[in-house]
Amino acid sequence: MFKIINLVLSIVLLFTSSAFADGHKLKVGMITTLSGGGSGLGIDVRDGFMLAVRSSKDIEVVIEDDQRKPDIAVQLADKMIQSEKVDVLTGIIWSNLAMAVVPAAVNQGKFYLSPNAGPSALAGKGCHENYFNVAWQNDNLHEAAGGHANSTGFKNTFILAPNYPAGKDALTGFKRYFKGNLAGEIYTKLGQTDYAVEIAQIRASNADSVFFFLPGGMGIGFMKQYAQSGIEIPVVGPAFSFDQGILKAVGDAALGVKNTSQWSKDLDNKANKKFVSDFQNEYGRLPSLYASQGYDTGRLLISAMAKASVNDMEAFRDALRSADFDSTRGQFRFSSNHHPIQNIYVREVIKEGDTLTNKIVSVGLKDHSNAYVDQCSM
Amino acid sequence: MTAELLIEQFLNGLQFGFMLFLMSAGLTLIFGVMGLINLAHGSLYMIGAFSAAATFAFFNSFWLSLLASFSCAAIVGIIVEKTIIRKLYNRDHLDQVLVTFALILFFSELVRWIFGAFPLYLDVPELLNGSIEIFSGIYYSKYRLFIIFVGLIIAIFLFFLIGKTNLGIQIRAGQHDREMISALGVDISKLYTLLFGVGAALAGLAGALIGTIQSVEVGMGEPILILAFVIIVIGGIGSIKGAFIASLLVGVVDTLGRFLIPWVLQTVTNPSDAMSIGSAIGSMLIYILMAIILILKPTGLYGKQLS
Repeated sequence: MFKIINLVLSIVLLFTSSAFADGHKLKVGMITTLSGGGSGLGIDVRDGFMLAVRSSKDIEVVIEDDQRKPDIAVQLADKMIQSEKVDVLTGIIWSNLAMAVVPAAVNQGKFYLSPNAGPSALAGKGCHENYFNVAWQNDNLHEAAGGHANSTGFKNTFILAPNYPAGKDALTGFKRYFKGNLAGEIYTKLGQTDYAVEIAQIRASNADSVFFFLPGGMGIGFMKQYAQSGIEIPVVGPAFSFDQGILKAVGDAALGVKNTSQWSKDLDNKANKKFVSDFQNEYGRLPSLYASQGYDTGRLLISAMAKASVNDMEAFRDALRSADFDSTRGQFRFSSNHHPIQNIYVREVIKEGDTLTNKIVSVGLKDHSNAYVDQCSM
Repeated sequence: MTAELLIEQFLNGLQFGFMLFLMSAGLTLIFGVMGLINLAHGSLYMIGAFSAAATFAFFNSFWLSLLASFSCAAIVGIIVEKTIIRKLYNRDHLDQVLVTFALILFFSELVRWIFGAFPLYLDVPELLNGSIEIFSGIYYSKYRLFIIFVGLIIAIFLFFLIGKTNLGIQIRAGQHDREMISALGVDISKLYTLLFGVGAALAGLAGALIGTIQSVEVGMGEPILILAFVIIVIGGIGSIKGAFIASLLVGVVDTLGRFLIPWVLQTVTNPSDAMSIGSAIGSMLIYILMAIILILKPTGLYGKQLS
């Protein structure tokens, strides 16, 4: 059966590939998740990116859907590098897909700008001079959540995350900063949407708080079932499960939850205000942090193009490294392993009229870099 | 670990099993009686969930949205059967797979086009919110009990329908000898349409029931579809009884496996490793179960014996 599915997919791919002939422009290949579960994330990254580059006539973007499948992402990357001849790749949401695509792409002399996934393997020993992460290193938001759990006075936390690279980074990051005990530690299946088993364990664990990293639809399921189970232990988590794209689906169960993020709609700087209003005008919805990451990726690319041609790799790389653009997050610069040094904020889910959204309550970690800088020899 | 936790996990397993039964009952009937491999069964599940969410957004009533879920799925099912599926009965399984796979793509895109790519909201009614003490010290979610209850009712209804009614006799006869039953004057194409509609309605109902506590999003049906196929193979293709037993078996084994294996492994290795190895083995467990059952009984638990 899978043979047939593969056949069908190849036919589909055949028809969707487009041939461009213009060689003077910078060509961007975007591989992101646009269908199936988790497509909301990819669509936000794409829309944010396109909003940033729409006015630039020198950028040409080829967009393809990876369906959250590593094998498809690899095929798309091969196609983009070999037949589309792109200069820069970007777009991947999921860390397991990034691990499958990024090392091969940068070794073939392409730049990769990550608008989301930041697995620890690519920040430490596997770092590469052509790989830049514009979002965060995977551990970052969870480290801030660990710090926040300390300052709230949590002593006995139950932690859970999906069993894939970013999930492992999440729990590692949380544990790096959290000083209390762990009431329990669970890895769930990636894509799992029923958490009855885990919630029963939380209930039986005597925890005083719950930390969870469940991006996309996984988090919606967890929060609804958690609220419905009647357990009143407070939860804390990274922004991914309390983001604009899914808050509506989670509903009031999310109200009041503290979550950590490098970006928020109410960050007070000029670039962010312009981004939030432009995004709403263009797409008719509030932007999410994924959209802000896509937007910043586009802005970074434009800033580098203004300084150097992509054909001069050394100069272009230096231009990217200098990160000379107004980020929606305010202060933004790269550490030596090409990951952001930035503030991580603590946000709270609130209601603005009828709309659930987030507001910043404090700065969790100031000018935060990542734990893998020393392992990267670049 | 306490006995209370174990009992609660067992109930979770049963609840998961009953939910799987709603999906696999329709699939096994369609596969067994009509000889059709319907990959689009997961799409009907999704259609059920989305029509429930749309109704909920409009009327703000859980019960109305439940009603909408299975009626919309049944209507879509019947339309699809009359226009497309009908032409596939005499084709081989390869054609059926291709066409129903195309239907998955079509419905996913259609739903995205209508509702957008972002998950929709659907919530538990006040009546079923929170949990209830079923024995002393054992609390269980009211909504999950409700799912078990609905599953039981549907199971009883199906057993009655297949075992005691005229229609059931026709269905069972159709399973054995399609040509003979049409020669006896039963309008087989009407029977097939009805059966497909019932299967679609069950899938739609499952979509709404599950969408309420999970997320209503495009592509939500495919992971469930794979499990439903595992169940009908374990249970024996075409057998409602087999689907019922296999659903509960898979539900309980999967749930307890996910919970117990890491717990057992913790005694031999450190918690982190136990967790990641345990959850990996846990997710393989039902496929191992399927392999063992197929070795012992190649046609499944209640499948027709190969002659």
